[in-house]
Amino acid sequence: MSSKDRILSRIRRAASGPDPEVPRDYLRVHAVRTPAERVDLLAAHLTDYRATVHRTDGDGLPELLARLLSRHESVLVPPGLPPYWLSAAGPARIHDRADSTPAALDRVGSVVTGCALAVAETGTIVLDGGPDQGRRRITLIPDHHVCVVRVPGQVVDSVPQALERLDPTRPLTWISGPSATSDIELDRVEGVHGPRVLDVVLLDAQ
Amino acid sequence: MTGTDLGMPAFPPFPEAAREAVHDEVLRANLRHATHTIRDKRARAVAELDDWDRLRAAGKAIKDHTLRHLDRYLLQLEAAVTAAGGTVHWAVDADEANRIVTGLVLATGEREVVKVKSMATQETGLNEALEAAGIAAYETDLAELIVQLGHDRPSHILVPAIHRNRGEIRDLFRSEMGRWGRPAPEDLGDDPRELAEAARLHLREKFLRAKVAVSGANFMVAETGTMVVLESEGNGRMCLTLPETLISVVGIEKVVPTFRDLEVFLQTLPRSSTAERMNPYTTMWTGTGTGTGTGEGDGPTAFHLVLLDNGRTDTLADEVGRQALRCIRCSACLNVCPVYERAGGHAYGSVYPGPIGAVLSPQLRGTANPIDATLPYASTLCGACYEVCPVAIDIPEILVHLRERVVQGGPVTREGVRVRIRPAHGHTAERAAMRAARLLLDRPGALRAGERLLSRARRLRPQRLPGPGRAWTDTRALPDVPAESFRDWWARERKAPQK
Amino acid sequence: MRAALFVTCVNDALYPRTGIAVVRLLERLGVEVDFPAAQSCCGQPQYNTGYRRESEPLLRRTAEAFAGYDHVVTPSGSCAAMIREQYPRIGRKAAEEGRGSTLAALADDLVPRVRELTEFLVDVLGVTDVGAYFPHTVTYHPSCHGLRSLGLGDRPRRLLAAVKGLELVELPGAAECCGFGGTFALKNPDVSAAMGADKIRAARATGAEVLCGADNSCLAHLDGTLRRAGEPLRTLHLAEILAATEEEPLR
Repeated sequence: MSSKDRILSRIRRAASGPDPEVPRDYLRVHAVRTPAERVDLLAAHLTDYRATVHRTDGDGLPELLARLLSRHESVLVPPGLPPYWLSAAGPARIHDRADSTPAALDRVGSVVTGCALAVAETGTIVLDGGPDQGRRRITLIPDHHVCVVRVPGQVVDSVPQALERLDPTRPLTWISGPSATSDIELDRVEGVHGPRVLDVVLLDAQ
Repeated sequence: MTGTDLGMPAFPPFPEAAREAVHDEVLRANLRHATHTIRDKRARAVAELDDWDRLRAAGKAIKDHTLRHLDRYLLQLEAAVTAAGGTVHWAVDADEANRIVTGLVLATGEREVVKVKSMATQETGLNEALEAAGIAAYETDLAELIVQLGHDRPSHILVPAIHRNRGEIRDLFRSEMGRWGRPAPEDLGDDPRELAEAARLHLREKFLRAKVAVSGANFMVAETGTMVVLESEGNGRMCLTLPETLISVVGIEKVVPTFRDLEVFLQTLPRSSTAERMNPYTTMWTGTGTGTGTGEGDGPTAFHLVLLDNGRTDTLADEVGRQALRCIRCSACLNVCPVYERAGGHAYGSVYPGPIGAVLSPQLRGTANPIDATLPYASTLCGACYEVCPVAIDIPEILVHLRERVVQGGPVTREGVRVRIRPAHGHTAERAAMRAARLLLDRPGALRAGERLLSRARRLRPQRLPGPGRAWTDTRALPDVPAESFRDWWARERKAPQK
Repeated sequence: MRAALFVTCVNDALYPRTGIAVVRLLERLGVEVDFPAAQSCCGQPQYNTGYRRESEPLLRRTAEAFAGYDHVVTPSGSCAAMIREQYPRIGRKAAEEGRGSTLAALADDLVPRVRELTEFLVDVLGVTDVGAYFPHTVTYHPSCHGLRSLGLGDRPRRLLAAVKGLELVELPGAAECCGFGGTFALKNPDVSAAMGADKIRAARATGAEVLCGADNSCLAHLDGTLRRAGEPLRTLHLAEILAATEEEPLR
């Protein structure tokens, strides 16, 4: 008998009793919010966990990104990033290629991406590897991540709403603030292996 | 019959191990500080959601439903993972899981792996098995790194180095990091920020060159084959995305039916665990992305999922004890437990300490050895653990159930076979005392006579008792014995002679 | 109104003054109190230590002793919780083991009629000011089973706050267990003592004269610890404070 068959037969002998109906009466959202309130909540919760939040519109975006990137010599660019976003930025553009090694990516100071969506109630941005986000590694290895969220369209209220809009077969990365640890005396410290600086740009796309 | 091996040598009974910890002032202070900090934060994070009780009920029901049809969901998961380019392996016990992983690593030709914190591989003792095969396993979670550098044992599910304070960690980093790779800076201080930075630099070179990673998973989605890992530091993302080969060892109870089911646990787990609205990073991946095409070229090109039983199906066979399989390893029960706070995690003699460990270890390993026979008694049944559990595991109920198994024996399932175990040793006197007490209490006439005898001898009441009673009088005075019992007062007062 | 007093074995043998206080308090509030002499122990020590079968005769005895009473009142959250939470389980298990449904039926009949003292006062009698007088500073330790199993909430503190002359001070970390835990105190004496010491430290820090509780088993542990340490802080069951009046003050 294979281990698989053994485990399955043990389960079939062991499982018994009632089969509960899952109560789905928990809330889909925790408050009724206007789009503006939703964006404000996202900003507040991102800030709580030490992300730096900026707001701009399409006209101001290139200038803002140029300023945010000014401390770095190079910036990683996902394949489908709208070119005008970086039209005013100084750092050298590095394009992620299939054969880019982690060590090579480690020499890049910053990365700019879009996102799949953002969750206001938890202060979370979600990346799904879309063209303006690129492979997961490019938002991981550089020490500085600038993530542009188109508001209010990309902002949902809650975790349940976020899952409804995501494709589980895509590689998903949920990001809530810069990397952190509570491993020393359960005291939260920001900045470990992931990007230590997270700038979130709320781009008014109305 | 031996119990399932959780990769740990023999441990002393809980009371003995706890005695040492209780009198260790530094440990007591470390644990008190850490658990009280997180306790208050958790309460605030939970209070933000006014549907918490409903989320808790939903989480409980999702897990119970899944366990009821675990065979079906595991098969569905296997099919989905396979369709997405992954390979699924099944391991009946720890040895088999370790053999599978070791074989997979050796087949890559690599001799080192990076690891994301994983309870399942701690449970199987994978690092030791890899080492025996000449493979170096590097723990990359900060707390796991602290434990590994110190040749120490984990003492908490979420924060395995909770028993260490910042000064101890600094000393350890200074003396040990150089042996494993990049040394710590000479002038390293004890600010947690500095310590985290030292870990970042030390591990960076390992992440960048790693070809093989080993992880666990918080959830596996049956319908899609999606694996989910919640973390904070980014070491998880490093291990899950950079290497060419990824091997995930996951307990079979970690499966959930649908992607939508995550909407419950992604709300309850972070708040229960690190007391955050959401943990910094959550990674979800489905196989290698081939098949669907959406993730192709992003992340490992080989993905292996090892599904681990190791006593879980035996636990599932127990109608009361099976609710422990709902556990999502948040560790909220440890953080509120007054016994854990004073005894520390090592006293539980298992990778699963605290209240959940006290109900999991004796089920996964059996109650034959001294530590597992004493774990069900490592609780005052105060119920704080049940109150905070995000999947409503009634830990006190299981504890009492396991106490019965220890003192009375009875039917259990071991390695898939229904057997009847005998009572554990050392409870003969207690059993006799309990029976005698019951016989007395079941006869009010005898009880009244006993009470009167006690009252008459009240002036003879000693300060210290011999035998088992010493455990009371070592630190506590005995209560004064009254001149008459309540029932005698009642009879006298109401002038109604008792039958 | 008529109610039966379930005094509990610990109070019967060691703390009759608590039972007497309950009788005086309830009678003062117009309740006719009965004490069915067939009662003894709820069986909690046996059950919680793993001797479920030994607790069965005590379930039967308790249920039969209180048969026919609309209200059964007990000055112990722990014993009330034993009946409410565990009696149905004991009955269910006996039935599953093929020993009939008698225990289950007895449990079902008894459970809805049993109330812990503060539940009876607040929920059934609808009083919070019981006309008591106790001119002292008091801090209250809510024992775990009353707090978490029964969900007594702020009932005890509301009752205390309404006592004339009484100054109620909050106990820091009140919800944390005192470390008694029945046979836990004997099986894990070191952890138990450490928890007791911490609880007492918290109570001392409030500056209160009296540490009040609603479970004499927990108070026996705390009082024993206090006296062994020579601490002047006094422990008292809630019922004794509520029974005290200006005419008949507590000694």
